[in-house]
Formats: sequence, structure tokens, C-alpha cells
Amino acid sequence: MSVGDKYETHSVDVLVVGAGGAGLRAAIEAAKEGVEVGVVCKSLLGKAHTVMAEGGIAAALGNVDPEDNWKEHFRDTMYGGKFLNDWRFALKHAQLAPECVKELQEWGALFDRTPDGRIMQRAFGGHSWRRLVHVGDRTGLEMIRTLQDKLLSFPNVKIFQECTVIHLFKDGNAISGALAYIRETGRFIVFKTKAVLLATGGLGKIYKITSNSWEYTGSGYALAILAGAELKDMEFIQFHPTGMVWPPSVQGVLVTEAVRGEGGRLYNAKGERFMQKYDPVRLELSTRDLVARSIYTEIKEGRGTEHGGVYLDVSHLPAEQVKKKLPGMYKQFLEFAGIDITRQPMEVAPTTHYTMGGVVVDPDTQMSRVPGLFAAGETAVGLHGANRLGGNSLSDLLVFGKLAGKGAAEYASSLTKDLKIDKDELERAIKEALKPFETKDGTSPYEIHEKMKETMQNYVGIFREEKDLQKALSIIEELKNTKVKVNGNIMYNPAWHLALDLKFMLICAEAVIRCALGRKDSIGAHSRLDYPDPPKEKYNHYVWIENGELKMRKEPTPEVPDELKALLNTPPSRKWEERSGS
Amino acid sequence: MGSKNGNRKEVTFVIFRGDKGRGEFKEYRVPYQEGMVVLDAILWIQGNLEGDLAVRWNCKAAKCGSCAAEVNGKPSLMCKTRVDELKEPIKVEPMKAYPHIKDIVADTSWNMRTRRKIITKVGFRPSLKSTFLMKEEDVERGREFRKCIECGLCIDVCHVLREHQLFDKFIGPAYLVFSAYLETHPEDTINRIAWLKEEGGLMYCNITKCCTEVCPEEIHITDNAIIPLKERLADEYFDPIKMLFRKILNK
Repeated sequence: MSVGDKYETHSVDVLVVGAGGAGLRAAIEAAKEGVEVGVVCKSLLGKAHTVMAEGGIAAALGNVDPEDNWKEHFRDTMYGGKFLNDWRFALKHAQLAPECVKELQEWGALFDRTPDGRIMQRAFGGHSWRRLVHVGDRTGLEMIRTLQDKLLSFPNVKIFQECTVIHLFKDGNAISGALAYIRETGRFIVFKTKAVLLATGGLGKIYKITSNSWEYTGSGYALAILAGAELKDMEFIQFHPTGMVWPPSVQGVLVTEAVRGEGGRLYNAKGERFMQKYDPVRLELSTRDLVARSIYTEIKEGRGTEHGGVYLDVSHLPAEQVKKKLPGMYKQFLEFAGIDITRQPMEVAPTTHYTMGGVVVDPDTQMSRVPGLFAAGETAVGLHGANRLGGNSLSDLLVFGKLAGKGAAEYASSLTKDLKIDKDELERAIKEALKPFETKDGTSPYEIHEKMKETMQNYVGIFREEKDLQKALSIIEELKNTKVKVNGNIMYNPAWHLALDLKFMLICAEAVIRCALGRKDSIGAHSRLDYPDPPKEKYNHYVWIENGELKMRKEPTPEVPDELKALLNTPPSRKWEERSGS
Repeated sequence: MGSKNGNRKEVTFVIFRGDKGRGEFKEYRVPYQEGMVVLDAILWIQGNLEGDLAVRWNCKAAKCGSCAAEVNGKPSLMCKTRVDELKEPIKVEPMKAYPHIKDIVADTSWNMRTRRKIITKVGFRPSLKSTFLMKEEDVERGREFRKCIECGLCIDVCHVLREHQLFDKFIGPAYLVFSAYLETHPEDTINRIAWLKEEGGLMYCNITKCCTEVCPEEIHITDNAIIPLKERLADEYFDPIKMLFRKILNK
């Protein structure tokens, strides 16, 4: 069979890879510009992980606390990120988030309301004011439905469900296409496109305990770095402080920060409210890196619960309030763990949740250093620095999804030249993808995946040290050289899909480990037992591939201009309480 | 909580294997773990015995609605169906109203096409002058419909779709729920009752409430979404005086 029989071809102007919040928002903006848009989603439309986002969207609307504004949000984000953020992203984000939220409302979103009929906002970790726009604890569902529906209203949008991109093509330096396969049939699709916009989310699936679903295999990072783009700050993996621990079936499933936002308290097995020891000012609403480390330390030092967690308790709150503001959590614990959270405490422990690092892009257009290659949301880097604040990811994907969509559409419209896809490269990419079927003596992709997840969990977790990281690196190297074998045919074959995902996951794992090894200090989500002090000078790690090898360099973090520096004088605190308590 | 299999070491599953409707049930024995759900067992089989066992899933926390299938004959989300509450052997097969793809995966692409049709024809249209000041009590009704996770279970049990396969004439319970959201949105300005009658097939539903029974989000599909839509339809089509009033008051 010649390769020509194995694929179909589609032409678009902008190909959006990923249909979570960032991809949808980007596709809407590109469609508004009038170009032909293709949206590729690994799952069905509307199932991406944004649907799991519970707490809310951070936007300084000032509806509940009129003192709040973009300056306050900018300050909180920079402090949260330990000033490793690129200030240009933090500034744009804080300024544009409110209008992006209002757009969602105009497209039909039904957010919780204030008594006078405006959008309600709630408290969250690291935010100085009550800032998170929400719908109970299912904000993500409301958001993804709103975006999905808006997208479906454009006739110039084609959607490819259960479709996975595995290779990007370039004509000279610039993007010219992508190769993907359809899950159902196993057939390949060649997309001829002027721009590719990566919005594939994060890489949680390289860890064992994670809040992420099977989709989060870091394919955006890998596709980008293989196409010649740079990644930055890959050592910063956010371990969300509160994932479920029991029963084993739901280990790692997210317990929203809104539980603490609504007044939930953390206790160890001895009944001590231990956050009083680690952050007496912000307590449970400290930043995620600090709360996760505190919980981990309590468990490690023997003050954990029966199933290796700590207690998160809302039983002191009125049961009606819990059911109204946290209905998802109430149901989740009742159904999966047999726990009534209005009366009993939840057991929780940290879970791999979010990647602060990602593809380096321009803050205005979201284009990487590869012409025609864009990234947004969790796949891009810049906003969060060394630690992301809760609520800042939903606002991130609205603000930068929108900019990326516009950037990609404008870039695509500006191209006049016809772009080519190299036939030989296409043949090679298809052959490479089908290799696991021809391998005779190989290992099951599930086995390799298990080994990688164990390795990352055990050696590249919340607390890190040289010997562990070196060990992890050597295991990952070994896994990269292990031949993968799959049985069956190309039709809806999860073993084959995993085999293809593995290649990308291993690249991501290596990037994370190399950055973690290179950072001989402790800051934000990166804690080295052997180097516990913060860095003397702020810097970021940049990673790229040269002659098939991963390279890394350090660069000083861009200096915040003087006029903005003045905003950073006072650290964040629970300012609304200070006011009402006075 | 019942624990028919609570003390077992192993659980027996029979799972439909095959594609495009052809195939057979195969038996598997899976080690039991406390709190185990059906999806855990499926993924265990996939990881340890049959790598190419096709299953659709995503969040594994009953929030995305991807893993709908029929478990012991009952349309269910596999991620929240606990093994210790089921009789053995546990039979798992795809949703039957939809066309079959492979193993326990059904072709649900009709869902997106239907949603898109509604949006293009009679989607949300707020007034340009709208201030979007909305009271909590005014958005409360629509909230229930927004809980829909588009899992397809209500479609799987709907007689109009499952038995009579009227997919081209009837938008089904899930999309009547979506229509009900649009209708109850305080800022919405258009009347989609005629469209729901002519294109949406609202009349086909004969209120057997099967959909309500299987909804994992406990949406009162029949009582709160479909019946009020049918009542409005009856009002507008069969009560000329009311219709005239509406026209005069422009409401």
C-alpha cells in the first residue's frame, strides 16, 4: 500500500490543536477574523480538562471588593510566581481578564450573582481580594460550554473530534502543515495550514498521581520543541495541595481550592490546624506551592491520616452553604468515598496538577520563534513564573487564547506564498508512527508508561535532590531506547495511541528533569533538599533541541520597569478581612 | 451501601469485543480493589491483558460524560459505577441507541451535529442593549440545565431514538435540555418554540421519563425541561387568544 492511500488531506488557514479553554477561545478569535479554522481535539468536543476546573476565573472586576483592580491582580500574580514571571504577560493578563469574563457572559454564561445582579466573586489562595468569578464548583463546565457553543456558531470552523496531531511540517523556517490520525479509523490526516496553534494543555500524565486525564501527555511541548521552538521553566510543576487519596480508584482526583476559599480548614491526624505554623497570615489560603509542601511535610513527619493524607474540613460551615457552593465536591465524596462532607472531613494529599513552564511565545501575538507556530494556555509560558495562583489559569486561557487566535489569523492572512509539505518527510512520519505494529521483540506501552510515572513520582516530586534526579534521568534515557510493541490493528487502538503519546511524554520528562537538575536553588514549586535557599539572582531556564539533543541555558528574568515596580511594594494578604475586621 | 462483592479477590467481567456491531462477549477476571469502579476494571484489562480494548473516557470523576456504556443492561457512567454494587458477571457493552464503533465505544458524533444545528438556527441571542444585570433567582432555573455533561445516557434510553431511530427528526432529551437553558436565559430574546416543533421534533416525546431516571446529574429532564416546553407549545399553537395577546404585548 502506498502512503497516498493512508491519508486524507484538509486545507485550513489556522489549525488549532486542542479544544480546552485556550484552544476554543483561540479558535473563536481566529474565526471572527474570517479565516478558515480547523480545530483538532484529542477527545470529543467539550470533554477537555477545562471541564474539570472548579474554583473560578480570576479577574479584577471589583464587584465584591471595589478596591480590586488590575494593579492588585498584577501584584498578586507576580508575588505568587516569586517574580520569575515575565511581567509583560502578568500585566496583559491582569488588564484584559475582566473584559474576557464579560465576553463569556455576553455569550450566555450564567455565573453566580451578587445581590444586586452582577457577577459574584470569591476568595482564593494568594489573591488579596475576593476575585474569582464562578458557578458553584463547576466553573469549568460553564466556561467550556459557553466557548464550545460560541465556536459552533461560526460556519468557517471545521472540527475534528478524537483526532491527534503527531508531527508538524515546515517549509523552510515556517510552519506548513501537520500530520494527525483519527482514533476511530486509525487513518492519517494531513493538514495543509499556514499556522498551527498549540493548546494541548499540560503533561500531568508523566506522573502517577495526577488530577489530569489520559490526554495530558505534553504533546504541545514536544511538537513545539521538535519543530524548533524553545521551552522555558519546565522544572516548575504545580502539585495541587488537595487531591483525593481514598479509595485508590480516585487517588489524585482534584478537590477544588474553592473548598478552602469557602472557609475549609486543614488539620493533621493530631487535630492541629497546621497551616498556623507554615503561614500564620494567609493560613489555608496561602499559595499552592506552600500549602502543598506543608501538607507533604505533615504526612512525611508522621502526622498524616490512615490513608496517607491530611484532613480538609468544612463541617463547621452550614450544611446548606456547602451544598450550594460546593455541590460537586459534596457529590464527589459521597459517591466515590462514602463521605458526607457536611459532617465528616475529607482526606487529601498533593496531586500533580499544572505545568507552569511551556512554549516560549511573544506576549502580544503568542507566536513562538518558529514562524507560524503559536501556543496558548497551559502549553505556553510567561504568566505564572514559579507558581501559579488558583483561578489564574482560566483567565490565562481566555486572555492569551484570544490574543493567540488573533495573532495566528493575522499571520495566516499576511502570507501570500504557497506552502509546501515535503513528501519524503510525510512518508517517514507515517512509517515511524506505524512502527510499533512491526516491532517483534518490544515492550508494552502500558509497561513503559507505568515505569515513567513511577520514576517521575518518586524522584521528581515536591522535594527533589541531585541523586534522585540523576537516577530519574538515567531511567528516562533507558525508556527512550526501549522498543515499543503493540498488538491489534489501527482502528481505535488505545495501545497504539499510548505508544505515540509515549514518545512525547519522554521528551517532556527529560526536559523537566534537566531543568530541575539545573536549578540548584529552591523557589516556588521547585524545592531542592540539597539546595534549600532561593536563587541570589532571578533567572529562567530555556530548553531547545540541537542535533537531536536537549540543550539548556539560563537567562536573567526580565526586569520589571520602574513604573510597575512601585505596585509591588506591599505583599498580598487577605485584604478584605483586614478591612471588614477593622 | 451494598457490598455484594466486597470481600472478593477477583471480579468477573464479560465485555463486548468487536467492531461495527459485529462481535461477541469475552470473559475477563480482574483483581478487586476497595472502592473500584467499572472503568478501573476496563483500564486494568487494557493495561494487562488486551492493549487494544477500545474505551472512551476522560476525567474519571463523573464530570465530563465521556465513559457512558451499558453495565449489566443499565446505561451508566463507568467511572462512577461501583463494582461492589453489581451482580457478577458484570456485563459491559456500548450504548445501543448510537451506531457502534469498536468494543464499548459508540459513535456519538450526532451530538455535536445536533448542538451545532440548534446554535446556528436558534442559538442564544441577547439584546444589544442588554446590561446583563441578572438576579440569582432569575438564573436559577437555567442552572439546572447547564449541569448537563452531554454523556448521552438520556439519548441511549429514549424510545424515540433507541427503538425508532428518529435521529433526523428529534433532537432528543439532552438537546431539549439545552433548548430549555436557552429559553430560560434571562437575556435571551428569541422565540424558538416553532423551531422546536417543526425541526426539533418536540411532539415526539411522550413523557415516559426514562431519560430523567438515568441522568447522572439528576436533571429533571422531563418535568423541568420538556414539559414546560410542551406547555408553551400548546399555548402558542392551540390558544389563539393568548397568542394574540403575546403579539400585542410583544412578549
